Amino acid sequence: MEYETIIGLEVHAQLLTKSKMFCGCSADYASAPPNTHVCPICLGMPGVLPTINKKAIEYAVMTALALNCTIPEHTRFDRKNYPYPDLMKGYQISQYNNPLSRNGWLTIEVNGKSRRIGITRVHQEEDVAKLFHRTDPSGESYSLVDVNRSGVPLMEIVSEPDMRSPEEAREYLMKLHSILQYLGVCTGNMEEGSFRCDANVSIRPAGSTEFMPKVEVKNMNSFKAVYRALAYEVERQRKVAEEGGKLVQETRGWVEEKGATVSQRSKEYAHDYRYFPEPDLPPLELSRKFVDEIRSRLPELPDARRDRFISQYSLSRYDANLLTVSRAMADYFETCLKPLPQGAEAEKRAKTVANWLLGEFSRLLNATNIEIKDAKITPQHLVEMLELIDNGTLSTTMAKTVFEEMFRGGKSASQVVKEKGLAQISTANELESVLGQVIAANSQAVADFKQGKEQALKFLVGQVMKATRGQANPQMVNELLRRRLAHSQ
Amino acid sequence: MKLDREEVKHIALLARLGLTEADVEKFREQLSNILENFEILKQVDTSGVPPTSHPVALRNVLRDDEVRPSFSPKEILANAPREEDGCFRVRAVLE
Ligand SMILES: [Zn+2]
Repeated sequence: MEYETIIGLEVHAQLLTKSKMFCGCSADYASAPPNTHVCPICLGMPGVLPTINKKAIEYAVMTALALNCTIPEHTRFDRKNYPYPDLMKGYQISQYNNPLSRNGWLTIEVNGKSRRIGITRVHQEEDVAKLFHRTDPSGESYSLVDVNRSGVPLMEIVSEPDMRSPEEAREYLMKLHSILQYLGVCTGNMEEGSFRCDANVSIRPAGSTEFMPKVEVKNMNSFKAVYRALAYEVERQRKVAEEGGKLVQETRGWVEEKGATVSQRSKEYAHDYRYFPEPDLPPLELSRKFVDEIRSRLPELPDARRDRFISQYSLSRYDANLLTVSRAMADYFETCLKPLPQGAEAEKRAKTVANWLLGEFSRLLNATNIEIKDAKITPQHLVEMLELIDNGTLSTTMAKTVFEEMFRGGKSASQVVKEKGLAQISTANELESVLGQVIAANSQAVADFKQGKEQALKFLVGQVMKATRGQANPQMVNELLRRRLAHSQ
Repeated sequence: MKLDREEVKHIALLARLGLTEADVEKFREQLSNILENFEILKQVDTSGVPPTSHPVALRNVLRDDEVRPSFSPKEILANAPREEDGCFRVRAVLE
């Protein structure tokens, strides 16, 4: 039987605020020693009062707007009650009935086809403490609690069950990740857990509208893991269904080493959260002025930037997509094109820069696991190198070596060329015979030059560069040619 | 509305309260009474009244995103039943 796959994703993104969601403790806990960013509020002591971080609300509203959501005028926080040691208060402050936004969408592209994926809601909540599981020498296992992460602003983005394949889920996740980075509201680091994803997966006979039990998949710590886990899970469900087995609603964890999802013992009564309005936090009124002000600050988003790159620089859709996934890459690209050469040169330069960025640059970034913002090679360095290619100092092959050297050492192209003497023919003796050949073969240009046409000399220099496949020093060629032509009759 | 014993035990579990069999019967009666009183309140027509989630008419109480000093780990861990490596040590938590 043909089956249809149904996937919905739930993303939790930590917001890049300075302080926590409801107290003034620093939200930057990544490298802090345990329990150093904690106060009675985020520790959940009785009698304390939380206060909403305004920046977090702005960031969440900004995200909701970028995802085409509707922002209601009234929103409020609720208590989600469940007992777990990572939850200091015994409840998490979250949003239930009146989230700060609903009904949005984003566009993904798979195999050249665009699809709109619905966003059910974007709401604001708080992160929980971190647990470490240990075993003491007697074999007794126990847990350690570090409260630093407790209360860090967390935004939840829930999609509609609109995705029909693991590819679509991956594209959705990458697009969402890209949008959050453009907005600058989240680091997006999946390994460190600042951008986390759970999935709801089910299958059903193609064409039917029946609901089959859905499985929640957790523990996916990279885009690749999400794709692999979903592909595995869809296949597993299909097999169970085909063999006449019974699918059950459950939570399964992705185990990277096994390359499989594994059933997690379901927590009893796990879904009895008994939400009720958070009495410690007065409701929020999101005035239209507040919302419009945030809307006016929205940056150009990935899709719009891709479309502009296509029209402004005549890039292919494929290249424009790749260049605009990361804001840092798109910025780098545009910095390289300032100032933009005129006319047809502009298109050529854009294409050349795109090729270098998507080729060598991306390859080296991946190989060295360096992020663009930490790259030593600057846009100015790259542009200078391209000029050395244009004027014949460097061949494209040599440029690759130079580029790698620039990437590793942070030096300019001319510095690298000079230091490495990169195969340049820089002694007069080596050049003499080539000069002789070029002069002999271009008598017209030689005559023109002798009659005072400077252009002709440029042409001859070019011929020498060509004959040496770019390995001669153009300055030296220029001088040697002048000297020879002045002496010869 | 009458609660049965199983419902009382479920509520006790959610609240992490240990009840004796006698407690279960006592709270079954008390909680049932409370629910019955709410049944009476529910007879009032509130269709034109917005729900009250907060007794005080405050709105938009927000703070600027500024970092303030946290407490020292010593103070934070002062009530910890056990501590280890700067963390609270608790009984094993199973996923
Ligand atoms: Zn705090």
